[in-house]
Amino acid sequence: MSTATRIEPTITPEIIAEHGLTPGEYRKILDTLGRTPTITELGIYSVMWSEHCSYKSSKVHLKRLPTRSKLVLQGPGENAGIIDIGDGWACAFKIESHNHPSFIEPFQGAATGVGGILRDIFTMGARPLAVMDSLRFGPITKSKDSGQATVHRNHSIVEGVVSGIAGYGNCFGVPNLGGETKFEDSYSQNPLVNAFALGLMRKEDIFYAKAAGVGNPVIYVGAKTGRDGIHGATMASEEFKEGSEQKRPNVQVGDPFLEKLLLEACLEAMQTGAIVGIQDMGAAGLTCSTCEMGARGGVGIRIELDRVPQRETGMNAYEIMLSESQERMLLVAEKGREHEVFRVFEKWGLDAVTVGVVIAEPRLRVFEHGQLVADIPNTSLTDDAPLYHRPLAAWTPPVPREMPATVTLKRRGDFTAELKQLLASPNICSKRWIFEQYESMVQTNTVEGPGADAGVMRIKGTRRGLAMSLDCNGRWCYLDPKLGAMHAVAEAARNVVCAGGRPVAATNCLNFGNPEKPPIMGQFSATVDGLAEACTALGTPITGGNVSLYNETLGEGIYPTPVVGVVGIIDDIDKVTRFHFAAPGRDILVLRTACSGDEAERLVRFGSSEYAKEVLGTLWGLPPALDLAAEADLQKTLLGLISQGLIESAHDCSEGGLAVALAEGCFVKGVGARVEVKSHGMAAELGLFAETASRVILSCDPKNTTRIQELAVQSGLRADRFGATIQERLEILVDGATAVSAAVSELKAAWAGALENALHG
Amino acid sequence: MTSKHLEVNGYNPINMKAHVFVSLKKTVLDPQGKTIHSALKKMGYQDIADVRQGKFFEVTLREGLDKTAANAEVERIAREVLTNPVIEEFQYRIQD
Amino acid sequence: MMRFGVIIFPGSNCDQDCHYAIESRAGQPAVMLWHESEDLQGCDAVVVPGGFAYGDYLRTGAIAKFAPIMQSVKRFAQTGGMVLGICNGFQILCEAGLLPGALMRNAGLKYVCKQVYIRTETTDTPFTHSLHRGEVLQVPIGHMDGNYFCDEPTLASLQKEERVVFRYSSPGGERTPEANPNGSLDDIAGICSPGRNVLGLMPHPDRSSESMLGSADGLKIFQAMVGALVRK
Repeated sequence: MSTATRIEPTITPEIIAEHGLTPGEYRKILDTLGRTPTITELGIYSVMWSEHCSYKSSKVHLKRLPTRSKLVLQGPGENAGIIDIGDGWACAFKIESHNHPSFIEPFQGAATGVGGILRDIFTMGARPLAVMDSLRFGPITKSKDSGQATVHRNHSIVEGVVSGIAGYGNCFGVPNLGGETKFEDSYSQNPLVNAFALGLMRKEDIFYAKAAGVGNPVIYVGAKTGRDGIHGATMASEEFKEGSEQKRPNVQVGDPFLEKLLLEACLEAMQTGAIVGIQDMGAAGLTCSTCEMGARGGVGIRIELDRVPQRETGMNAYEIMLSESQERMLLVAEKGREHEVFRVFEKWGLDAVTVGVVIAEPRLRVFEHGQLVADIPNTSLTDDAPLYHRPLAAWTPPVPREMPATVTLKRRGDFTAELKQLLASPNICSKRWIFEQYESMVQTNTVEGPGADAGVMRIKGTRRGLAMSLDCNGRWCYLDPKLGAMHAVAEAARNVVCAGGRPVAATNCLNFGNPEKPPIMGQFSATVDGLAEACTALGTPITGGNVSLYNETLGEGIYPTPVVGVVGIIDDIDKVTRFHFAAPGRDILVLRTACSGDEAERLVRFGSSEYAKEVLGTLWGLPPALDLAAEADLQKTLLGLISQGLIESAHDCSEGGLAVALAEGCFVKGVGARVEVKSHGMAAELGLFAETASRVILSCDPKNTTRIQELAVQSGLRADRFGATIQERLEILVDGATAVSAAVSELKAAWAGALENALHG
Repeated sequence: MTSKHLEVNGYNPINMKAHVFVSLKKTVLDPQGKTIHSALKKMGYQDIADVRQGKFFEVTLREGLDKTAANAEVERIAREVLTNPVIEEFQYRIQD
Repeated sequence: MMRFGVIIFPGSNCDQDCHYAIESRAGQPAVMLWHESEDLQGCDAVVVPGGFAYGDYLRTGAIAKFAPIMQSVKRFAQTGGMVLGICNGFQILCEAGLLPGALMRNAGLKYVCKQVYIRTETTDTPFTHSLHRGEVLQVPIGHMDGNYFCDEPTLASLQKEERVVFRYSSPGGERTPEANPNGSLDDIAGICSPGRNVLGLMPHPDRSSESMLGSADGLKIFQAMVGALVRK
């Protein structure tokens, strides 16, 4: 019953440390303000200068990424990147992590991750068209390294994350095109949940998160503010707050229904022309939105906390400013036209309240009960936040470079059992159990849904479409961060090309361990170099993304995991190419760059394959080699083949190599294939299962084969015909001898049910 | 009106609360309950004969409402809104 | 021309999909009907679209049935107007008492989004008169609560009056346990009212009205409605 009374606590070194601020950072605050900060100000600095908001460890490196092209309308620095996709349309897209919350509470953590990325998209004026997710979990099958308890916990994380993503996106009404799901030991205590969203808008309807116009009202819309997700606040709570109920749930709870209403209301309110700028209240909630909008516009914002809609009683300034309650937006409207905005929000049954005003001084001024409780220069929170050149050390993975002597290859014989084992392995098996829980068809634009190389959406009212793919092989990045990052870009782009899309831009989510450890920072720096090189070579500038550091548990870091999302434009949606074989009687070709390397060299690369992990049970060596110039030629050539209508299917050869790619091509229609591979005197495992990059399996009408081969050779590539599609069986011969022979249905059974069996068997 | 009257007399009114339990009818298969039951058995809880799942609502009533009126109102809400009579049934309790 | 009305509840998310299918694929005008209005704007047919009306909080369709527009839809249906409820729309029509039974949590307890096959069980409705009995349509589903349930007398009357309009089947038209995606009683995918003018079904004809999206079979239902109006 008692009302809270403000008792300003003394700022002690303990309080500063509990806020994650270093003594040096605190001195910087004192210098900026010229006085001791209030507890509210300290809280504001602590969230804005957190790694998550400030990118203080990563910023100096991220500058090396290419971010521009003729098509990029908005690069990094806004809620999402935007590219021009033609016919007056633009698309906004971004990927963001929600790793830690998804470990603490998998369902809500994943759900609010989806909610956050969707708001980033529609706050720019775009209607979300599709989402995808890149997920990493610990092992879901027992092994020497993972016991029953670990496996059980991982199962419940998988179940929770998947149902959280489904629960939010399905209700919101955005199709989920899948993405990728990988399992490795290093993610056992630290799952990764990276959510990607893409939205469409007319070019003239883009909105920015920028305040402008002194005297314009600042309006709060959406859900009420509660004590959700307040950081590190166990600290000062007793000292500066009286009252009985001090429960501070750190887990934010999502309300997808409210978000759907917020989407409709925001897009409708934007149409009134009365909105000047708008930003989502995500991490650091009201704090981040007020100072960032002010900083971008070179103005300030003054807010009155008493007017902020509150879900709980007795909240103080610290709590209101730091709350991470979901489904909230802050917007600046034109003075005198507030009612137009209010009318729209009222129609959708949402709160919309003027909480402040744009001021000329470029400062964030926060009032509570008429008292000034924070008065901070905006840029000290944003552009002038601390930056660190953290020490780097070269990363050397603690694994052998050569194939261990304990490993023996069969070299010859029948590999049907090994292929089945690979098809049923968690990283390769069908992810149907996951993606059937996701709504993938709402909005009626989904041309290629989950399970394909890339997701494909058509754009209503045009002939165009968009293809998108998320990729990263963390194991490869662990063995060689730079090369692994290059592969992430190359594979995502190649997948987009396989669907007939011209890759034009990328977004990234960089998941790493503790940046204060020089080798981790070494991984990070090498990764950025790899991304920069590959994005430049393949013409896909990075338009935004997110960095997630400190992904460690008990001192063990995750595999460096730079997830890359590539978006491509399809000029003619009728030319979308499928990844699977359509019918028997087609020629099968492998389009590839020239390969090199003797057996010893190839065996070093083989250590990073799924075959080495699953069948041989060990890890060594390096990722496959990658020639970016040749990769670019391959992608360009493949797009040419598709636009000329010469091929019927195109499927990227990735995890599990040629044999797995062929099997996957057979599953959709139950069409078989018979191909012959030459070993050139090397172990048959290499021909069947090596994950050599820059290879695409094509199928075509036999009358086009010669033409395809001519075009490939003209580009310095090869397109060897190595077999044909047949009825219902997969037959692979190595040097004329049968190496794989099985009914497609039998292989498909191993592949289709494996995930569900692992989780529920 | 009643509550205002009470306040004037210095009485601190307490909001009555109603607890409404909605569950599937016994004749209707309850797959969620069945799943929970089998999970419990797997975990080693052998003394469980059956589990039925349902919903719980805590309804806070207007200050000063008398108990007869509260009963009537809650019963009506439970029957007409909170349950689907085709598959569900309900019980409720008014707490003072 | 036939004028369709598509209802928008807060949380509807297939309203625009229905609008697009009707206008761009079936070539008929469609107007949007706001849940708070009672005005059906002179529509010849009403579509209650899919989505999560009111978040599906409480129960699917439980709050939507009280919306002002639904009172008009009830009157419209009582006077023989054609009403099509798709997915969440079917759930709402059951809650509103326009169709018998209820849609419970899927037997697998999870949301299921995939292509399914449904067999046409009767052509004696304005929604199926142009199909032939036994015709199999490929139409996708996307729902958490599509497990149709009703008591035995209700089922008996649905069967006797041939009001089961669609049943889940294999692509070849056989009823098998694998073909039923949600545990629905009697493999029921869609039913009609005693007057045969109200159809509710879980699969989405709005998502299967053009082959680029995987199937154009659902368009036949919208086209049948247009044909029925012309015949009337």
